[in-house]
Parts: sequence; C-alpha cells; structure tokens
Amino acid sequence: MSNTATINNGSAPEFYLTEEHHVQNGTMLGFWLYLMSDCLIFACLFAMYGVVGHNYAAGPSPKDLFELPLVALNTSMLLLSSITYGFAMLEMARNRKGATLFWLFVTGCFGAAFIGIELYEFHHLIADGAGPQRSAFLSAFFALVGTHGLHVTFGIIWLITLMVQLAKGGFTPVMRRRINCLSLFWHFLDVVWIGVFTFVYLMGVLR
Amino acid sequence: MHETTNNLQQLLLGRLGWEAIPLHEPILLWTFAMVAVIGLGVFAWITKLGKWGYLWTEWFTSIDHKKIGIMYIVLAIVMLLRGFADALMMRLQQAMAFGDALGYLPPHHYDQIFTAHGVIMIFFVAMPLVVGLMNIVVPLQIGARDVAFPFLNNFSFWMTVAGAVLVMMSLFVGEFARTGWLAYPPLSGIAYSPDVGVDYYIWSLQIAGVGTLLSGVNFMVTIIKMRAPGMTLMKMPVFTWTALCTNVLIVAAFPVLTAVLGFLSLDRYAGTNFFTNDFGGNAMMYVNLIWIWGHPEVYILILPLFGVFSEVVAAFSGKKLFGYASMVYATIVITILAYLVWLHHFFTMGSGASVNSFFGITTMIISIPTGAKMFNWLFTMYRGRIKFEVPMLWTMGFMFTFAIGGMTGVLLAVPPADFVLHNSLFLIAHFHNVIIGGVLFGGFAAINFWFPKAMGFKLDAFWGKVSFWFWLSGFWFAFTPLYILGLMGVTRRLSHFDDPSLQIWFIIAAFGAVLILIGILAFLVQIFVSIRNREALRDHTGDPWGGRTLEWSTSSPPPPYNFAFTPRVHDLDAWNDMKKRGYVRPTKGFIAIHMPKNTAAGMLLAGLATVCGFALIWHIWWLAIASFVTMIGSAIVHTFNYDRDYYISADDVAKIEDARTQQLQQA
Repeated sequence: MSNTATINNGSAPEFYLTEEHHVQNGTMLGFWLYLMSDCLIFACLFAMYGVVGHNYAAGPSPKDLFELPLVALNTSMLLLSSITYGFAMLEMARNRKGATLFWLFVTGCFGAAFIGIELYEFHHLIADGAGPQRSAFLSAFFALVGTHGLHVTFGIIWLITLMVQLAKGGFTPVMRRRINCLSLFWHFLDVVWIGVFTFVYLMGVLR
Repeated sequence: MHETTNNLQQLLLGRLGWEAIPLHEPILLWTFAMVAVIGLGVFAWITKLGKWGYLWTEWFTSIDHKKIGIMYIVLAIVMLLRGFADALMMRLQQAMAFGDALGYLPPHHYDQIFTAHGVIMIFFVAMPLVVGLMNIVVPLQIGARDVAFPFLNNFSFWMTVAGAVLVMMSLFVGEFARTGWLAYPPLSGIAYSPDVGVDYYIWSLQIAGVGTLLSGVNFMVTIIKMRAPGMTLMKMPVFTWTALCTNVLIVAAFPVLTAVLGFLSLDRYAGTNFFTNDFGGNAMMYVNLIWIWGHPEVYILILPLFGVFSEVVAAFSGKKLFGYASMVYATIVITILAYLVWLHHFFTMGSGASVNSFFGITTMIISIPTGAKMFNWLFTMYRGRIKFEVPMLWTMGFMFTFAIGGMTGVLLAVPPADFVLHNSLFLIAHFHNVIIGGVLFGGFAAINFWFPKAMGFKLDAFWGKVSFWFWLSGFWFAFTPLYILGLMGVTRRLSHFDDPSLQIWFIIAAFGAVLILIGILAFLVQIFVSIRNREALRDHTGDPWGGRTLEWSTSSPPPPYNFAFTPRVHDLDAWNDMKKRGYVRPTKGFIAIHMPKNTAAGMLLAGLATVCGFALIWHIWWLAIASFVTMIGSAIVHTFNYDRDYYISADDVAKIEDARTQQLQQA
C-alpha cells in the first residue's frame, strides 16, 4: 500500500498517514450479515414448522393438500429466475446495459409468475377450508411459505427500482454494488425455497 | 343511522375512541399533566432560545456517530427516569399492600407497571446506553472517521426513539401489556389479552428491533473494515472487542425476536394457532424462541460494559490491562456460550433430567470466563497506582456487586435449586444484581469516563461520588430483602400480600429504592453543575485521565472528522505507545477530508414507522397501509439520492487544527 508510510529505521516511527486512508467499502459484507440475520428468521420459521408441523388438529395433512405438479412448476419458475439473474450478472460484467436490463426483466417476470402461482395455491387452500387458522400445521405452513413469498415480492419491487436506476444512470460503482446485493438476495431466496420444497412439500407428501 | 356512524368511526379510527384516554385514573391523569407541563416547558424554552434550527441541523439530522451516540444516551437517561418511576411505584405498592390494605394501585394498573418497567429498562434504557457508548467510542478507538453506514446509524437511532415513543404513548392512549416483560402466551394471546396492551408491546419492540439489528450490522462492518492501518485484531482495544462480540450477538439474536413476535402478532391479528391452547398450538415454543433471543440479549447488554471496566481499570491503575489475550478469549467464549444456555430460564418446563443437566452445566461454565475477567481486573489493580476517580469507584462498586450477583446466578443454574427458587423474588434480586451492578454501574462508569471526550469538559466529581454512594447503598438496601423473601418462597409480580410478617422486608426495600432515587437525582445535579462550571472543568488536552487508546489522542470534543490524519497503529494501547515513543502532533500539511452529509431521511422513515405502528395497534387499517406504503416509497426515493457526501477543505481542517494547537498551549 502506497499510502502507509514505512517505519523509519531507528528514529521515531510513523504514527499517522499523510494521505487520506481509503477503507474498503463494507456494503457487501454488511449485506451478507443482513442476509445471515434474515436466514435466522427463516430458521425460526422452519423450527416452528418442525415443531408444530404434525399438529393437524383433526384437519387436513400435507398429503391431502399439496399438489406436487403445481409445486414443481412453481419451483422451476424460481430456479429459472435465478439462472436469468445470473445471465444479467454476466452481461453486467461485459458492460452491456441493454442486455442486463433485458435479463433483469426476465428475472422479474419469472419472480412474478412464482408469486402468482403461490397466490393461486393459497387461494385454493383457503377456499378449501385449509386456511392458516385451521391448525398449527397450516399456521406454520402459511407463515413459512408466505414469508418467503413476501421476500420475493420485495425482491421484485427492488428489482424494478434498480432497473429504473440502471436505465437512468448506467453502470456506476454504486449501481454495480446494488445489482450485486440484489443478486445475493435473489439467490438466497432460491436456496431457502429449496429448503421449503424439500422439507415442506416433498417430505410432507412422503410421510 | 347510528350503525353507519359506528361503522364509519371504526373504519376511520379502528378501536380508538374517547374511552382509550384514561380520564378515570387519577394517577395516570396526574402523570399526563406532569409530562405535558414538562414537555411544553422544554418546547417553550427551546423556542425562546431559538434553537430548533440548531437542533435540526446539528443533531436530529446528524450522521456524526458522536452526536448520534450522545442522543442515544440522552434517550437512555430520559427513559431511565420513566422506568425508575415505575420501580418506585411498585416498591411503594408492595410496602403498603398487606392484609386489609390494598395499596394505591389496582391490580390492572400494577400489572402494566411491572411489564412496562421491564420492557423500558431493557429495551429503552440499557440498549440505547450500550449502543450509544459504542457509537461514541468505537470509531474513535479504531481511528475511523465515522461508522461504515452513517445514514443507517441515524435511522437506527430514530427507530429506537420510535419504539420508545410508542411505549410512552401507551400511558395515555389505551394501556400497556399486563403480561410481564416477555409476554408469554397464552396470556398474551388474543383470548386472554384482547385489548391493545400487547399490541403496543409488539410494535414498539418490532420497530426498535429494526434499529438495533441495523446498528449491529453497521458496527460489525465498521470494526471489521475500518480499523486504522496496523491495528490487527489482537491490537484492538478491549472495549472494541467487546463491542464486536456484542454486535455479533445482536445480529445473531434479534432476528429470533423479530420472528417470535411475528408469530405472536399473527396469532393476535390473523387468528393463527402457533401458541394457542387448541388447534395444535404450542406455547412452550414461544418461551423457547424468546429466550433464544433473550439470553444472548443479557450478554449483549453486559459485554460492552465489561469492555468499559477493562478500559477504566487500566486507565486508573496507571498500568496496561492484565491478561489482554485472556480477556479477548473470555469475551469470545461468553459470546458462544450465550447461545447454549437459554433453557435455564425454564427448567420447570419439564424437559427432563438430561436436558436440564446439559443447560445447568453450560450455565455454570459461563462463570469461568467471567471469573477470569474478574481476576484480570483485580490483577490490573494489583500494584497499580490506583486513582479513585468517579469511573473507578463505579468499577469497584461493580466488582463487589457483580461478584455476588454472579454467585447467586450459579446457584440458580442448579436445576433442583431452580425448581424451588423459580419465579421467586430471589430470581428478581439476582438479575437486578447483575443488571444494575453490571450494566448500570458500567454505564455510569462509562459516562463519567468518556463525558469529557464527548462534551469537552469533565463531570463534577463531588456529585458523582454522591450519586455513586447512594446508588450502591440503595441497591443493597433494595435487593437484599428480595433475596431473603425469595428464599422464603415469595413469588414475583404480586400486588398484595396476606402475611404481615413480610412487610418489614418490603419497607426496607422501598427505603433502598428511595436511596437510589437520591442517587439518580444526584446524577442529574452532577450534569447540571458540570454544565454550569464547564469552563473550570474544560478538558484542553483531550486526554484528561492519561488514557491509553486512540480516542484520547484527538481533541475533546473531537472535530467532525475525528482525526486530521488517520493514525497508524504499532502496538496495543496505541495512544500510550505514541506518548511513550515521542509522537509529535502534526500541525501542517493538512488534506481535504471526505465526509457524509446530514439527512432527514432517517427521521422521516422512523416517523412513518411510528404512525404505522400506532395504526396497527388500534386497527386503523387505512392508516397502516398508507404509512407503510409511504415508508417504502420514501426509502426507494432515498436510494435515488446519490449526493450524500462532501469534502471538508484542507483550509477548514487547518483552521480547526490550529485552534487545537492553541488550546493545547493553554493546557
């Protein structure tokens, strides 16, 4: 580092920098920390589902409720959206604004499709009398899947905001960082969904 | 016709109506009158001085970590007065209500008071105190210009204020929870607490919790990324170490609180069955989750104060801290163990002997690193040249008091003993012993220690000593009787007793509370007298105590940019090293400094959060939706603002530093 003057041999050491000290930007680290704290919220939701997930209160069980083909479609929407976000990142690395915007748009569409299918599923369940009030199992199910859905919804709002900002201002360092942060967030939600898909839907239908 | 008006009123105001204002309760009415008079007085006074603009530009919208820290501590002191008023009322009630005498507080009101007392003291006194201290001290100790995310820091502060405002509002609009400070269901569920009390509890904690979590992230990044060159982790001051561990705990614990309060609000608002008695709910899940947050929380509170004591002991013994490395490792071990003991809060849940033994043993193990710290402080004092200044008095008062509180804690860690002492006044005495003896005494030590750094003049020592002795003696008068009563089997949270032979102990405890009251008043007098005599108490050197860490190398109060040149660290106790090896303060060659700009966005967002919380509490759905949407919208608009920083020119830096040169010549 050029700005950290070396210690003079023998004489009084250097106690300060004569140039401005440029610290590394901490946004990515801060965002990782935030994501991990969010991960703990999901951990609590999973724990809750683990503890009360069998308490059907003489109501429907996962076997009665879940339709795997629909869930598979939904899962593929989210997984595809992660891939297209990856494409957007690749285009950003090539400094191609239009292509980045295009892939971000596709990502948003997949995300919206995911939310749409989830809302359809929720509507269906509630109409069948399997709403969140029916049993502790359903309370935990709606809380876990719903919280994930809310995250995706906010992710879409955030995505639109970033698309507007990118279209207006182009690739500034701030912009790149923001797109990076949303990328982390988006893939994080994908990972959480893998957990939901496995533990709630697949294992629910198996047992 | 009547029904339409009713429907309209419900649409517009939700549950809110005139009956929410407690006009029939004279105690509340008088409190309200007093708060209103004081509030109007302060308002009029500031208006008369014409200081609103100054407060707005220099403080409310400030993103300077030192000013935010001071505001946090002012908040803590104000809320301490409220929380302590609750304590006095409880002590008075318990000293009076024996046999036929029912005391002056109806149970309905008494239950709100003990709940509010706990919530306020933990969330709005201890937390702002700790976060405020970290704000003032950490960036200075690591040689940084500010925290990593200055805007978030301001926002965090105002979110904490928003939570405090909601709690205070519950005094006069509606009521507070009557559930105890952790609001266990099913009591806190909608079936048994249908009114707004628990909703006030939930939303004030959720809103303040956002602020706490964000400041946790902020300080972790600050400490990891922004240390001065040369300051490796093992050259970091102990206070910064404890702050780092505390923020790790915050980031890893507060989401659990958010989640568990989220479940409780779903139960209350959406009719789900997480913690209900029927439909498969499991109330013990709440108790488990809230203590998975709650136990780390006590270490969040105490660890930074352990750091304070370490700094104070070293400074006033004129020696370096004994066993720095062991201090750091002890802190880390406590941080980890903090997550492995939560079940000791409910040994009586019935999880069986093996589970209880595991948690009993982990709990006892925590006393080992804590004991190591205690011995480190003692050995630092050993053969030191001890100066009995006020911060040192608080530290020694802490060592004596906390050691006993720790021992009663180990007693309670034994599950069979806990089955007897569970929920008794012995437990109350124990945790007050560690929280008052640790967090509060540490807070006073820290305020006395760093006040000259933050404000530019020392605090008056005489009134500081008066405050200390009344607090210390008051504490023991107030809580020794509770230990004894607890051993006799008296349980907590009672507003009336049948056995008149117990009364004398409660009278002694009330006497102790009066002594503490004098201690608090003496503290206020200390601040007042010090402000009046500020010229005589002025700290010209920037290093009034012969300090050892970097915060003492800059002026008191420090300039906005903290250090004209970023310090370069070679050794532990960097400032002591600089003094020893002939550091010469630079007086020329200044450079322009890059600084973040003030912003009103934090206050705006937190204000909207307050409105949203209030609307949710009173079921005013349109307002809740409107304020929430506005809040998200404003946050998005804020992200479009790229003009967030400015340069302090080299000339301005030179001006400030020349003034400092002259000040140093005066000293």
